[in-house]
Amino acid sequence: MEVSLIHYLILSAIVFVIGVTGLFINKKSIITILMSVELMLLAVNINFVAFSVHLHDLAGQVFTLFILTVAAAEAAIGLAILVAFFRNTKTIHVEDISELKG
Amino acid sequence: MIVTILFYLFALTLVGSALAVVTLRNPVHSVLFLILAFFNAAALFVMLGAEFLAMLLIIVYVGAVAVLFLFVVMMLNVEVETFRRGITKYSHAGFLIAAFLLAQMVVLFTQMDKVAAAPFRLSSPMKEGVTNTAALGQVIYTDYIFAFQTSGMILLVAMIGAIVLCFYPRERMRKQKINTQVNRRPKDTLEIVKVEIGKGVS
Repeated sequence: MEVSLIHYLILSAIVFVIGVTGLFINKKSIITILMSVELMLLAVNINFVAFSVHLHDLAGQVFTLFILTVAAAEAAIGLAILVAFFRNTKTIHVEDISELKG
Repeated sequence: MIVTILFYLFALTLVGSALAVVTLRNPVHSVLFLILAFFNAAALFVMLGAEFLAMLLIIVYVGAVAVLFLFVVMMLNVEVETFRRGITKYSHAGFLIAAFLLAQMVVLFTQMDKVAAAPFRLSSPMKEGVTNTAALGQVIYTDYIFAFQTSGMILLVAMIGAIVLCFYPRERMRKQKINTQVNRRPKDTLEIVKVEIGKGVS
């Protein structure tokens, strides 16, 4: 059985869904939510690169480059917000954070 | 054959470590499994022929982002015991949404041969005989120069934002007061005393 585009697409779908599930189910810290977001971005990157190689088009890999940039910026800002929040409230539990009554 | 075995090895490790990231209770273990997931994704990128992105994934994610996560986990000093067991009240809806999303994507991807048969136009086709890194360099600095510069601006703004968010003035911090220093005159602090011989200064 040869590895084809569909294998990579199914793999990225599974990783993306694991990331989505991680957003919802965890009762732990916000750090886990940020890591789930990173997993979802990784799945999207796999999808982009698989299509780029399949179509012999470099645009997908260029977009992956920019997604990596934005993901790094997002992680830095998110963790900075997390540190500032922890300094104020001494907690990073998801269920203790309810100022917005969401 | 060997390619198929390698693909399944890396793919299964990727899925397993992704599951470990979202289920483990200790965030340090989660970060370590995130690093494993990124390594396996980089191996898959190498198998696809995107070497530059694979190396970038290792350098940027494993070298910077994952270490940043580890630093924050250790700086916050949250005890492992305080991480609670169980799942949230929204978890049933979450599982439902995830299963629905997966089913939708699998259905879409298995119809991919029909989608791929539709006419399309390549925006930057790959050239023969050029390495992946050289080909990326040829298009990033020409066709995608504005997007490239925008991503540089995003990184700058993120850096400034992170510094502003984490900065807070401490009480014990010794700051330079430039006004006081410049306005200081010799007569405020200096006194010239005539000392009589043999008496000394008391």
